[in-house]
Amino acid sequence: MSTPLVMFLIFIAITLGITYWASKRSTGSSAYFAASRRVTGWQNGIAVAGDYMSAASFLGIAGIIAFQGYDGFLFSVGWLVAYLTVLLVVAEPLRNAGKYTMADVLAYRLKPRPVRAMASLSTLTVSTFYMIAQMVGAGALVALLLKGSGITFHTAVIGVGVLMIVYVVFGGMLATTWVQIIKAILLMGGTLLLSILVLAHFGFHLGAFFDAIGHVTYHDKGQEVVKDFLQPGLRYKPPYGPLELISLGMALIFGTAGLPHILVRFYTVPDAKTARISVVWAMVLIGSFYIMTTFLGFGAATIVGRDFIATHGGTNMSAPLLAQALAGDIFFAFISSIAFATILAVVAGLTISASTSFAHDFWTNVIHKGVERKAGEEVLVARISAFVVGAVAIFVAILLGPTANVAFLVALAFAVAASANLPVIVLSIFWRRFNTVGACLGLGTGLVASIGLILIGPSLMAVDPPTVVGAARHLFQRPAIFPLENPGILSIPLGFLGAILGTLLSHEPSAESKFNELLVRSNTGLGAEKASAH
Amino acid sequence: MPEPPKVQAMPPGGAPPATSATEWDRVAASPEFRDLMATKKTFIIPAFVFFIVYYFALPVLVGYAPQFMATKVIGNVNLAYLFALSQFFMAWTVAWLYVKAAGGFDRLARDIIEKSESGKGGK
Repeated sequence: MSTPLVMFLIFIAITLGITYWASKRSTGSSAYFAASRRVTGWQNGIAVAGDYMSAASFLGIAGIIAFQGYDGFLFSVGWLVAYLTVLLVVAEPLRNAGKYTMADVLAYRLKPRPVRAMASLSTLTVSTFYMIAQMVGAGALVALLLKGSGITFHTAVIGVGVLMIVYVVFGGMLATTWVQIIKAILLMGGTLLLSILVLAHFGFHLGAFFDAIGHVTYHDKGQEVVKDFLQPGLRYKPPYGPLELISLGMALIFGTAGLPHILVRFYTVPDAKTARISVVWAMVLIGSFYIMTTFLGFGAATIVGRDFIATHGGTNMSAPLLAQALAGDIFFAFISSIAFATILAVVAGLTISASTSFAHDFWTNVIHKGVERKAGEEVLVARISAFVVGAVAIFVAILLGPTANVAFLVALAFAVAASANLPVIVLSIFWRRFNTVGACLGLGTGLVASIGLILIGPSLMAVDPPTVVGAARHLFQRPAIFPLENPGILSIPLGFLGAILGTLLSHEPSAESKFNELLVRSNTGLGAEKASAH
Repeated sequence: MPEPPKVQAMPPGGAPPATSATEWDRVAASPEFRDLMATKKTFIIPAFVFFIVYYFALPVLVGYAPQFMATKVIGNVNLAYLFALSQFFMAWTVAWLYVKAAGGFDRLARDIIEKSESGKGGK
């Protein structure tokens, strides 16, 4: 058996043990959906980091920096700074006024059924698209990392899917939290080790490291090229590069605070103050991690080199190949198993947020008008929907196959979160006049604008040369109508516009009269959900 | 640890068991609550505007003034990298200042909750 496989199996065994332990404690809605609200500040902070730092950030970012230099590092910056929006605007009001989902906050003063139905639709869209992207990536990656163990793309996708279903169905939020905590610690440890090894390679001389980044050599179309990888502009070129950068920044800064799987984490702590502390813990970890992508990305560019990575699995393999170059096969196995843990923790977080929203918002509150017909029904529905969501994700990921162009699904998730979710959360908390029509129109416009602009953008609309075949081909073979990959710059204003217009064109005195209740609740924590006693 | 306030959690949209709608209006109109909101706004609004301006300066400068941002500062390290790196420290500093300021918000909020509690107890 190969070393990576052994390490994968150790991780799986530990997390299944945790799931078994958690399953005995996950009875009742508050325990299942919110880990009884007894997760401490630092634990939740680490779990938020574990929930957030996906394979896209660990493997993707290292790859983008290794291939396109400085421009890739801009993702790292946005992914941290985004947490200031979470900290200053959404975390505390959400914890104070909500119960299990973001829709709880909207439902206070608006008509619960239409608002919850729309919010649930948006949550499910963000979570499932994001999950499919992770699953396709996971399948391709695990198959590559475990090459020689006889594990194919299909086996890998099914394996990841089944594990994530087991964590969520049996262990609920408590198991998910601990899987995320372990993953975050592994990821931080592995990244730190890798960074130190990169520095050691340059004799612990930062100047030498940055000098090496100044002349990275690789081959492009048979020609040898020498480039300064610290210079901007290798990825984002005129004419649309600058706009694309701003649009990406907007999606990250406003989208993170609207990602359902991040928002649900704030319901697992006892109060708003702990939610705040957990954001700060998360920012320390996430910031340190993304600063270290400097060493991962540029280290791969200078030590391993583009040419070698391109012929040994492509961009996503940059970090594992760097580990192999610096410390051999055992370290390669260790970094690979961290990548695997990373994917599992993120997909488990996505599954629980999607199933919570379906069970709590859609089943209990929309279909059954807020009444749980018998005790435990909500949790049962959530378990079933976690199973269904997982099964659908496995099925779609296998259908798309390992070469499918899925990177746009991550951009789409952030765009929907920023354009649909964030405007209605913010307006609901801060604007007295805001009402149900505004919320539904805002969610609808944000959702349609994000999906629409990505459909007519260069991610799905481009003319491929005949050498590109199968799932890697663009969906529509014609020049893109909308020039940007990230629709945020247009879809976020449209989301706000929809919400504002819908509000101004309708009247709902009850929404205005209940604004004081939400205002007092969200700002003081008066009447907030408490931690369970047991 | 202060004793948590004993207000009943209530289902969203359901009838409040202990605190009536007019009670929320009364709290919202109280000078203590107005004071809390004013204190929060004087920190949060400038902090939000500052970080948005500071952050978006990065893509704008990198996008529209790449030559300027490529200016080397120390060895091969250029302005673009240093400005990007400074964003991390900016974010941590704003977060730290917010946590310090939020200690004051917590005290004001606790007074409001206690007052609301004792008001109900007297009924």
